[in-house]
Amino acid sequence: MATKPFQQAGSSSTITRPPSGGERATDSMFRGIAYACAGLIVLLVIAILWQLSKEALPAIAEYGLGFWYGTTWDVNKEIFGVLPEIWGTLYSSLLALLLGGIFGIAIAIFLTQDFIHHKLALVFRTIVELLAAIPSVVYGLWGIYVLIPIIRPIAEWLHETLAWFPLFSTDLSGPGLAPAALVLAIMILPTVAAISVDAFRRIPYKVKEAAYGMGTTKWEAILKVMLPTASSGILAALVLGFGRALGETMALAMLIGNANQISLSLFAPANTLASLLASSFPEAGAVEVQALMYAALVLLLITFIVNVLGLAVQQYTVRKFEGKK
Amino acid sequence: MSAAAQTVATDTAEFIAEPYQPEGDTVIDCDVKKIFYGDFLAVRDSVVPVEKNKITAFIGPSGCGKSTVLRSLNRMNDLIPVFRFEGTVNYHGQDIYAPNVDPVVVRRYIGMVFQQPNPFSMSIYDNVAFGLKLNKFKGNYDEKVQKALERAALWKEVKDKLKNSGLSLSGGQQQRLCIARAIATEPDVLLMDEPCSALDPIATRQVEELMLELRERFTVGLVTHNMQQATRVGDTTAFFSVDISKGGRTGYLVEMGPTKQVFEDPQQDLTKEYVRGEFS
Repeated sequence: MATKPFQQAGSSSTITRPPSGGERATDSMFRGIAYACAGLIVLLVIAILWQLSKEALPAIAEYGLGFWYGTTWDVNKEIFGVLPEIWGTLYSSLLALLLGGIFGIAIAIFLTQDFIHHKLALVFRTIVELLAAIPSVVYGLWGIYVLIPIIRPIAEWLHETLAWFPLFSTDLSGPGLAPAALVLAIMILPTVAAISVDAFRRIPYKVKEAAYGMGTTKWEAILKVMLPTASSGILAALVLGFGRALGETMALAMLIGNANQISLSLFAPANTLASLLASSFPEAGAVEVQALMYAALVLLLITFIVNVLGLAVQQYTVRKFEGKK
Repeated sequence: MSAAAQTVATDTAEFIAEPYQPEGDTVIDCDVKKIFYGDFLAVRDSVVPVEKNKITAFIGPSGCGKSTVLRSLNRMNDLIPVFRFEGTVNYHGQDIYAPNVDPVVVRRYIGMVFQQPNPFSMSIYDNVAFGLKLNKFKGNYDEKVQKALERAALWKEVKDKLKNSGLSLSGGQQQRLCIARAIATEPDVLLMDEPCSALDPIATRQVEELMLELRERFTVGLVTHNMQQATRVGDTTAFFSVDISKGGRTGYLVEMGPTKQVFEDPQQDLTKEYVRGEFS
């Protein structure tokens, strides 16, 4: 018995003892629960994929890969293609990521790099995170009643003076890509900001000392040292924000105009996969439901690819900058 | 409290060390009146001249303010919002605490190596080139980077992996990388705040040899916990102690002089006790 020498040692004067049977049982129970929870999540994802694929199977068989690059969604003729929706999803999300990313990272820098007192920073941070608690439909209504009237004159002016420029080639008739992307940017802002703040907070104090010790100005320390050091965390923030933008439904269904077209113009109405699903499902017949399931599968795949790519880039920066294997 | 203890208490609370008059040229003339962190008086009344092309060692027990004084010499303490300095630090005759002096400029001429190795999360090459880029150096970067790494006794180990992250190196290598980073821009003075405390004996020996070589070109201020280190590399030694008689913990200079004299023929009883290892 392996414990024998320990028991002999225990007989003399020590107060140490081996863990009891009950303690060992708790230990294995805890491990079991942790494994079960992790396994359940994997099972859930597989179940959703399985169900979705099963429902979409007739559509996949019927339309095949053509579904990806088809540009028509005609229920009567039963012609289905989602290229405009893929375009709209990626375009609106990228615009939102650009705006939300810049502002989110700027907010994170402002809140963490001694620009304001840390108690005030906490208040600011709470306010930014409150943005995440506003329901999507409220954002949609705000977009319709507040944002669109505000940006319409600017859009008109841009279109009139710079019509040759592809981004301003159409007029803003109401809903469109610009208001949708703006609202989307505000919606992903808390995600990007909160996770970037954590990334900056994780930087050890000694790195800051090293930067200032070299004689950097505050701006140089932030731009040349703090930002690269936090880069892997910031990338994670951007990936999560982008993922959120890809899947956002309600506000976009209200703001993007649901037009089945591909245009570079910021003011043209467009459509996204999630918004297509939300607006078409309630009145869809059996055949269209199958096509919508296929579209949902496409959205799921895009999100999956984006996340994997983002993770790969993040791992790359961790290896490159932090020298970890 | 006994009468004897009270006498000692008033002694340490009012004691001011005889200012050390160096024979050679000084680069920094530091005259600390008071250093505060908020309401806390950390260091009082210490005159510490730093001589040109010599290593000035700062020794003393924990909390005696030796690091605080060293970090005041290039205004590193300005990063701490509640820090307040009373006195003067004359660098080539210019008071670096004068209102028209930008701490950023001070730190470019008076470089620093810290207790914990703190390379930036970028490549070894970029770490060393950081200061060169910062100072808009126009010239051969490769040459300067190689020279700095050679001086820091790191070149042979890293010359084939300059693109690897500085953080992939071992602790001792990281510290030598930080030294290379600090000396690449050839600052006038190099301040080292316990640079060997995170290193093993072999790396410590390498860094000490490096300091002796650096002395030829730079002026070095060195804080160390290790008295042997002070005797091995220090030309001049400043001994600080901490005064706890008034309920605070205020550091002050007890004695400063040539290292040999401080260790072999100390003038103050406190110094005698400390260098004999009777308290730490």
